Amino acid sequence: MTPPDDKPFEEWDRPRQAWMLSGDCRGYRQRTLLLEMTTRALFPTVLVFSVYLLLVGHYGPGGGFAAGLVAGLAFVLRYIAGGSDAAVRVRPPVLIGLGLAVALLTALAPTVVGAPVLATTKLALDVPLIGHVETQTSVFLDVGVYLLIVGVVLDLLRSLGAGIERDMRDAGEPR
Amino acid sequence: MLALVAAHLVVAGLLPLVSARSTRAAFGVAAVLPAATLLWALANAGAALGGGLDETTAWSPALGLELSFRLDALGLAMIVLVSGIGAVILAYCTGYFGAGSPDATRSAALLLAFAGAMLGLVLADDLLTLYVFWELTSIASFLLVGQGGERREERRAAVQALLVTVFGGLAMLLGFVLLGEAAGTYRISEILADPPRGGLVTAALLLILLGAFTKSAQLPFHPWLPAAMVAPTPVSAYLHAASMVKAGVYLVARLSPAFSDLAVWTVPVLVAGVGTMLVGGWRALSATDLKRLLAFGTVSQLGFLMVLFGAGGRVAAMAGIAMLLAHGMFKATLFLTVGAVDHATGTRDVRELSGVGRALPGLAVAAVLAAASMAGLPPLIGFVGKEAAFEAFLHGTVENWAVAAGLLLGSVLTVAYSARFLWGAFARKPGRDATETHGLGPALTIPVWLCAAAGPVLGIATPVVDAEAASYAAALPGDPAYHLALWHGFGVPLLFSAVALAGGLALHAARDRLAPLADRSPLDAQRAYERTIAGIGRVAVGVTGRLQIGSLPAYLATILVTFVLLPGVAMVIAGAWPTAAPLYHEAIQVPLAIVVVIAALAVTRARRRFTAVLLVGVIGYGVGGLFIVDGAPDLALAQFLVETLSLVAFVFVLRRLPAHFTETRPSRRIRVPKAMLGAVAGFAVAVFALVLSAARTGPATTSAELARLTPEAGASNVISAILVDFRALDTVGEIGVLFVAAAGVASLVLATRYDRRSRGAPVESGQSTPQHEEDVLG
Repeated sequence: MTPPDDKPFEEWDRPRQAWMLSGDCRGYRQRTLLLEMTTRALFPTVLVFSVYLLLVGHYGPGGGFAAGLVAGLAFVLRYIAGGSDAAVRVRPPVLIGLGLAVALLTALAPTVVGAPVLATTKLALDVPLIGHVETQTSVFLDVGVYLLIVGVVLDLLRSLGAGIERDMRDAGEPR
Repeated sequence: MLALVAAHLVVAGLLPLVSARSTRAAFGVAAVLPAATLLWALANAGAALGGGLDETTAWSPALGLELSFRLDALGLAMIVLVSGIGAVILAYCTGYFGAGSPDATRSAALLLAFAGAMLGLVLADDLLTLYVFWELTSIASFLLVGQGGERREERRAAVQALLVTVFGGLAMLLGFVLLGEAAGTYRISEILADPPRGGLVTAALLLILLGAFTKSAQLPFHPWLPAAMVAPTPVSAYLHAASMVKAGVYLVARLSPAFSDLAVWTVPVLVAGVGTMLVGGWRALSATDLKRLLAFGTVSQLGFLMVLFGAGGRVAAMAGIAMLLAHGMFKATLFLTVGAVDHATGTRDVRELSGVGRALPGLAVAAVLAAASMAGLPPLIGFVGKEAAFEAFLHGTVENWAVAAGLLLGSVLTVAYSARFLWGAFARKPGRDATETHGLGPALTIPVWLCAAAGPVLGIATPVVDAEAASYAAALPGDPAYHLALWHGFGVPLLFSAVALAGGLALHAARDRLAPLADRSPLDAQRAYERTIAGIGRVAVGVTGRLQIGSLPAYLATILVTFVLLPGVAMVIAGAWPTAAPLYHEAIQVPLAIVVVIAALAVTRARRRFTAVLLVGVIGYGVGGLFIVDGAPDLALAQFLVETLSLVAFVFVLRRLPAHFTETRPSRRIRVPKAMLGAVAGFAVAVFALVLSAARTGPATTSAELARLTPEAGASNVISAILVDFRALDTVGEIGVLFVAAAGVASLVLATRYDRRSRGAPVESGQSTPQHEEDVLG
């Protein structure tokens, strides 16, 4: 399925995911080309937007929870457009565990320097080209929340979405 | 000290990486850390015996929670056991577990984690810190005793150990809180310096003793310890001889200097202690499994230690320290001996073993040394401890003499089962051929010898033990001139020792007539435990059967009725009614509210599930709109996102549900009460909102504080500042809840598939057909 690396120039735009390819990736009856194409444009955009929400959380509406939900909804869109074939490679429990671990490490990290658990401090540095950037260490806690929420949504897709679909397929029911 | 404890847990977490290469290497690596801990503790012995070594890390200063650690004489003695014997046993494990043993990978990491938890327990200088490590040891022991959980015996024993110790642990936590509140501090050293008094303290001490008794297998909680002998021998040796079961004794020893003048402390300890010593010793006389024999011996010795530490006299406490060290050393030796015998012969049944002493003379000599220390023979450390113990109680009141008599009887039994152990493991029994043995590697014999040698070494080095014990016992009343020594001259204690030896050997000589008697015990605590568990199960089934009737409307009705009756009545009685509540602040609120109300009314009329879900979505979005109007974009964003996601989840699930709520419309008799209850509950919620918003008369101090602090937290968004800064701990807790919820949903949905795969039964799929799906989605 995956195109070779030395593919001709005119094929550079060829989608890599199976669910975007023409052919029989899903019951043709359910395919909605419009939704698939929209999703193709929206999916990365929404993901970037979710990262924006994550980072901006300290200064405006957003934060790890909202950002995680936005990213999760991007995956929901992709699932609805492409079905379970569009499932991501990473397993949801791994994401959830990662999120929890990041949050807990963020919580415990201050004790290394003798500060109370979950203490935060300001991080400021001058990045070339971008300029002065400052943020809070609590953004790491937000990152943990973000990962966990994305994992929870993917878990939902896996168990309620694809899980039920597979049950139906196993039962020999048409979709 | 925190770093040391944390290092144990971290290395334990990384050990599986090592054991993937070689399990033996994993045990070797694991042994390094306890050994280093022992060296660290010995290097700091001077400071520990002097004033003690303190270290405190702030945990949550606002709540007064801190991680306090303190190394003092008692802690030092325990570290010698926990880390010293821990290192030896981990080294022994390299020989005990086969290279391909599937249990070894888990055991190495768990044993080290357990050592870390135990180290934290004995170093903790804060009641709550101590409690955390206390429960960590319970959990580690559960996992170690349960092993793979493949055998029923293992599971049963592990659950029993967990239930009994955690039951006591929870009682103890309650006691800790009461004690801490009564004292105004949770620092153990401060409580010891200025012990609180009063009725609360009495209750607290009884609860704490319950924790100590369950953990240290005192009467009547002792059966879990012999049952836990299904674990691999090194695990038994470490958990149930050297460290975990000592936790209860340690707790009593830790708090005794402050509370041993109270009868509520000493009477239960002395009664349970003497009783446990006698029952354990008596039951050991009929055990045919060597490990079980040792387990009952441990129960007996724990009772002995309880008496010594709980009595509250200087001499008794010094005897306690000596016996603590002695018991750890000789019991570890004996357990490791059993492991080696088991390894060499393939059995540890007294009735099958014969002539092992001749085949494995080195092992036999080590075991004789340890058993002699257990029986209290000079010049071993066990003798020193026992002499001091008799000395402590051979004065004054009738109660003291009664305790002394109990200890003497217990010592007779101790000598008898020591002899029974040696006879059972090594003697050549008449009419039985020698058991076949094969040689043992150095990994199995050198650790045994190391532990065995500690008996005579500590016996000869009694002055060192004396300095240690005197430092611990300094705070207790009693004869300050008494010192631990090998020779106190002829006196009543020596006479008692001689009587114990003679009586014990006589009992052993009469073993054939005695064993059937010892087997029958009037009180079967194990059966009591089983009855209790079965009873709880029956009660649970009964309650569940009545409450969980499987009808969602019934559950909802129960919740709503409770909600209307309890807080509703309270609100009517005590509520502050708003004086002037405007109907709306902004004009845009009116159409939004109308949309929400119409959608809510329509939901009640909806007959298709999909319609109802869509209408619920409309309500959610409408409420989100109201949030925006009221200037809460954060809330609105979360509301919109959650609403969208729940809509998607609903649609996923609806595929498997009937399209309509009920096939037949319910009768009026059901519909009318339902509607009324719903209306009343909804009305109650609305009134609640009004009353509660009227309850606040001025701007809360916290909001002013928040507004002031938010820029300090580096945020211009106060919601975010609350979530990740001021209430960050809550956030961490909440995502934990989310994790559990996601795992629950996944297992519920995926479980059916697992079932099917394992049984190969045909698939039961609801009624989802394309036709059905079209019905649902319209």
